[in-house]
Amino acid sequence: MVENRPILNILAHLVLILGVLVVAFPIYIAFIASTHGPTDFLSGLIPLTPGHDTWHTYMTMLTTGMQTSGMPPLSLQMMNSLIMALTIAIGKISISIISAYAIVYFRFPFRNLAFWLIFITLMLPVEVRILPTYKVVADLGMLDTYAGLTIPLIASATATFLFRQVFLTIPDELMEAARIDGAGPMKFFWDILLPMSRNNIAALFVILFIYGWNQYLWPLLITTDASHYTIVMGIKRMADVADSQPQWNYIMATAILAMLPPVLVVIFMQKLFVKGLIETEK
Amino acid sequence: MAAITLEAVGKSYAGGVKVVHSIDLAIEDGEFVVLVGPSGCGKSTLLRMVAGLETVTEGQISIGGRMVNEVEPAERDIAMVFQNYALYPHMTVRQNLAYGLKNRKMAKDEITRRVDEAAQILEIGAFLDRKPRALSGGQRQRVAMGRAIVREPAAFLFDEPLSNLDAKLRVQMRGEIKQLQARLGTTSIYVTHDQLEAMTLAHRLVVLNGGRIEQVGTPLEVYRKPASTFVAAFIGSPAMNLLEARAEGGVAHVGGGRVPLEAAVSGTVTLGLRPEDVRPVDAGTDGAFVLKLAYVEELGAQKLVHGTVEGHKFACALPSDALLGDELHLVPEPGAAHGFDAQSGKRLG
Ligand SMILES: Nc1ncnc2c1ncn2[C@@H]1O[C@H](COP(=O)(O)OP(=O)(O)OP(=O)(O)O)[C@@H](O)[C@H]1O
Ligand SMILES: [Mg+2]
Repeated sequence: MVENRPILNILAHLVLILGVLVVAFPIYIAFIASTHGPTDFLSGLIPLTPGHDTWHTYMTMLTTGMQTSGMPPLSLQMMNSLIMALTIAIGKISISIISAYAIVYFRFPFRNLAFWLIFITLMLPVEVRILPTYKVVADLGMLDTYAGLTIPLIASATATFLFRQVFLTIPDELMEAARIDGAGPMKFFWDILLPMSRNNIAALFVILFIYGWNQYLWPLLITTDASHYTIVMGIKRMADVADSQPQWNYIMATAILAMLPPVLVVIFMQKLFVKGLIETEK
Repeated sequence: MAAITLEAVGKSYAGGVKVVHSIDLAIEDGEFVVLVGPSGCGKSTLLRMVAGLETVTEGQISIGGRMVNEVEPAERDIAMVFQNYALYPHMTVRQNLAYGLKNRKMAKDEITRRVDEAAQILEIGAFLDRKPRALSGGQRQRVAMGRAIVREPAAFLFDEPLSNLDAKLRVQMRGEIKQLQARLGTTSIYVTHDQLEAMTLAHRLVVLNGGRIEQVGTPLEVYRKPASTFVAAFIGSPAMNLLEARAEGGVAHVGGGRVPLEAAVSGTVTLGLRPEDVRPVDAGTDGAFVLKLAYVEELGAQKLVHGTVEGHKFACALPSDALLGDELHLVPEPGAAHGFDAQSGKRLG
């Protein structure tokens, strides 16, 4: 704001603090719940102060899991989630940056057709094509494998478009200068385009990592074997217990752990992330 | 270093748009040739064809005696300086200079030697380790030139390299480019739409109009003997006055005065007189024509007087202490008048 009036300042801060509270309070509750023993919830109320079972709860979840509801240790599930999130993010970025490069810098037959086909897939997110995709993955024998978990999610029209936009802002003269400097198509890609898109790649990585980590429906469908469970689907599995009370302390501990990696990614890549989204100078 | 020859070079774009028409031009080894012309006349297209960035659709281009129509830009042994510099933004100045040499698999110490030498010539040694974004426009311009000279190419190609600089810096860089070219003796083709830049830099000027060569010659030849009204109006500042006049036996009659022409022509002609080629005289002087004053621009050393002669716009440059009335009586300097064919605009005589 241009004006610097104390009233407005206070108001702005009030709104912000309110926003933070609204977002942070449930997380606080989740954390508190994960520090109590399983019996503390029977009253139907969740306590607001920390309990004494923190270490025990987290260690149990990480090392042994919850055998009663078929949950493998969380460390394994987190590893699965990590593999899935990383493969999806890196795969999406690699494939879409290459296809954007082809679309922007090369004149080949059916270039426009290729462009439009990619464009149309924007209208078909995973949820829409989930049955045929499941069938294909099943027929290829990829159920309960990392490949089945990740490959169907890797193609990305959105990322292709983002890189296309980035490449279109790079002046043609740069490509021409590189041609005169003796850089062929591969060299131009590695030496010029890739480093120049660094910030955008980082920003996209953050978004895609979180997207991959938070996948729920797809892993739920194609994993039947506990060794390939991911943590986000695991939470739901734990809450769905028949004939007994859900063990909220364990569920909340899982939720907190599931939240950590995306938060860490955001914290550590924040600078690049913001740069990648706002940078205009080329 | 090499001679560059263009033989009947033409360019058509898809859809049959022809933007360059059958250009013949022989550029000697070490020569500094400036392509000049108004916007859209095809200067950049022609230069980019020499660079190999644009396909040649007609005729052929040779560099150093080798036909290069189908040769990749990198193999043509040329270096180009772009209007927007086209420096690699993520590389330091040193890396920018070295990139082309590295791609050529040149030995490390040779690269270092050349980069240091170029840095010294262009006085950019102090910011070799900076990124381009941390440089001023003029410094970026130097780096772009550095990238061209480290290659030690057969020819430099410049496409309006100074047009992003402010007026003062442009004049300074103009001088530096001229000295640099003289020192290195590298064949150069320079594109500009600024006639002053063209005049000051060129060994030889090539004036282009609508994709055709209008005139080729040294700056003085082009200035003194413009081949057409187009060149006459384009080269020289303030621009040459061009007016319709009736000629009889090599003398043009205009504004009540008589202006002798080079050629013994009769009929309607276009008369060309540069603003600095007329002299004020007393009223009633034999042969003087009359200028009706409109307004005056003071330039310091001179004043530029605008008015009309027989209804045609006319400007003349006078000493700043010249006395002015409502009318001025002017005579041309001997031999200073240019005659052009009224229809074709071609020079007469
Ligand atoms: N792809 C294209 N298709 C059709 N015509 C084109 C194409 N590219 C350029 N032209 C035309 O070619 C002509 C010459 O362009 P060029 O860039 O060589 O002009 P220029 O003399 O460099 O002008 P300026 O001083 O403005 O840079 C222009 O009239 C332009 O419209
Ligand atoms: Mg141009």
